[in-house]
Amino acid sequence: MATLQTPPGASKTGTGPGGPAGPAAAGLPLAGGGSIAGARSLRRMARAITANRKATVGAVLLAIFIFVALFPGLIAHDNPQAEIYKRAQTPSAQHWLGTTAFGQDMFAQVIWGTRPVLLIAVGVGLLATVVAMLIGVAAAYLGGAWDGTLNVITDVLLVIPLFPLLIIIGSYLHGAGTSVMIAVIAATGWSYTARQLRAQALSLRNRDFLAAAKVRGERRLYVICVEIIPTMTSLLVAAFLTNALYAVLFSSSLQFIGLGDPNVTSWGTMLYWAENNEAFQTGLPLWIIVPGLCIVALGAAFALLNYAFDEIGNPALRPVRSMRKARVQRAR
Amino acid sequence: MRFVFRRLGFFLLTLWVALTLNFALPRLMPGNPALAIIGKFRGGISPEAVKVLEAQFGLNTHQNIVVQYFHYLGNVATLKFGTSLTTQPGNSVGRIVLDAIPWTLGLVGVTTILAFILGTGIGILSAWMRGGRLDSIMPPIFVIMTVIPYFWIGLVLILIFGVKLHVLPYFFSYNYSLTPGFNAAFIGNVAEHAILPAFTLLITTIGIWILTMRNTMITTLAEDYVRMARAKGLPGHRIMLDYAARNAILPNLTGFAMSLGFVIGGAILIEEVFNYQGVGYLLLQAVNNEDYPLMQALFLLITVAVLLAILISDLATAVLDPRTRGAS
Repeated sequence: MATLQTPPGASKTGTGPGGPAGPAAAGLPLAGGGSIAGARSLRRMARAITANRKATVGAVLLAIFIFVALFPGLIAHDNPQAEIYKRAQTPSAQHWLGTTAFGQDMFAQVIWGTRPVLLIAVGVGLLATVVAMLIGVAAAYLGGAWDGTLNVITDVLLVIPLFPLLIIIGSYLHGAGTSVMIAVIAATGWSYTARQLRAQALSLRNRDFLAAAKVRGERRLYVICVEIIPTMTSLLVAAFLTNALYAVLFSSSLQFIGLGDPNVTSWGTMLYWAENNEAFQTGLPLWIIVPGLCIVALGAAFALLNYAFDEIGNPALRPVRSMRKARVQRAR
Repeated sequence: MRFVFRRLGFFLLTLWVALTLNFALPRLMPGNPALAIIGKFRGGISPEAVKVLEAQFGLNTHQNIVVQYFHYLGNVATLKFGTSLTTQPGNSVGRIVLDAIPWTLGLVGVTTILAFILGTGIGILSAWMRGGRLDSIMPPIFVIMTVIPYFWIGLVLILIFGVKLHVLPYFFSYNYSLTPGFNAAFIGNVAEHAILPAFTLLITTIGIWILTMRNTMITTLAEDYVRMARAKGLPGHRIMLDYAARNAILPNLTGFAMSLGFVIGGAILIEEVFNYQGVGYLLLQAVNNEDYPLMQALFLLITVAVLLAILISDLATAVLDPRTRGAS
């Protein structure tokens, strides 16, 4: 975890609008209370990933996908869009997964298709989490009418069925590209995590270190960014993972029914073209199976990490055997 | 009583937001969608349909937007959803939607109930035999199960049981050469066509029930009253069902009430993959054909179903668990 070396305040402000508060935090030993807790919980998380088997599997899977998304050209040398090969070929030495009904190399499509999916996952994960954080924390900290209003907005968005709403928006948009997809999914999907973050912020409201900040006469923005948000690091990570997972599933589903930009090479659009060309009936099952497996693997990476963090946060859920082992070790 | 009014108020507010979204979305989008359809089908759609479209999307009218808005609300209140443009041209949207609802209720409704019962049962066993083989394999498997896109599982099942093994039909809700009626042949045919989509839905939704039941049950098993029951020497199955499961089931029950609301719009992609003529399939047909009146009515229907289920589950929780009344 390289971010541990940066000043406690600055590492958090990269995602929020709290820029001006960052440098001030680094200089004040007193003010850094919350941030040191944040750094400590980050370090605890890194240790937990290596100790928890589910988390390790998730982290390794995610690392592989990130590598593929960054350097697809190193792995697949064909142009994924070029329709230059013999159509509908079965796997061979030249085409590891065969070719599509249009004569594109399927392996190249799968590899190059990683980037847009991961971009959407990370983009929505970050954006939705930041929006959720701002709204959740603002509601809890400002209280009163602000809390009431923000709460109602959150609750309303929480109960409106998201996937049908996304379908409706998608149908008016006529082919949503990567950035539009990120914006739409993030704009509709932040409510669940906003609720969790508000609950966490509410539980902090009467703690001593916040009272101390108030006595020191700190500005509200400073208190929110430097005192409250760092204490929620593990919740924010969980929120990011949840949002990223839903982004993968939602965007792939939207692309599958033809509401994405059909010219972007990604797993969902591969499935769309495969289904439109009756891949199963024409002897090209890999056209559907492989992109689907990729979606499952990436989704599983996010879900396993999230589940592991749940176990870390709630010791009651940890597998019994490891708890017994730990107890035995402690007894010695 | 105050709680009931609050929940009712929230229901009305959300309903209003959904209605307003339906009204505002096409007007906010770049390029009025109605203009695009009228251009595309120039001459192909009847003058009445053009008029409906213009009214619905605020074209060629000198009414200001507030008047349009109230006109729209009035239409919805009197259940006037207009006529379908392209999916079944000329037919009333209400009629088309009503024809699709029973198929979705039958397929998704029955499967949701099955998934709840099976999943809760497996969750109880899994928590009870904690640390055993079942419990150590199951949670990771079901974590992964919940991230598999519904539609993809459906496609894989089609490949295995339909295309390769030829044992189950995977297209439409019944063989269209049969005449619908209450006879054994037709009902059997419908059931046969429902197996694959129902199974798809079952294996993708059961994981959630298992996980939530298992996790709440584990918390309950650590309670003092369970220890007390053990100390009294009660038989294991009584502790499991009457002491632990009974106290742990409330979250699953409220979840179940809510999931009933998602029956109408929760299996859109499964219906699409199997060409099953329910509400979800209809919605995607409307989307593909740019049949906006039909699309708007379906979105409203799906939303209202969810909102009603949430209202009912809130009220039911208040009746079942007195602690929630004050807290909210």
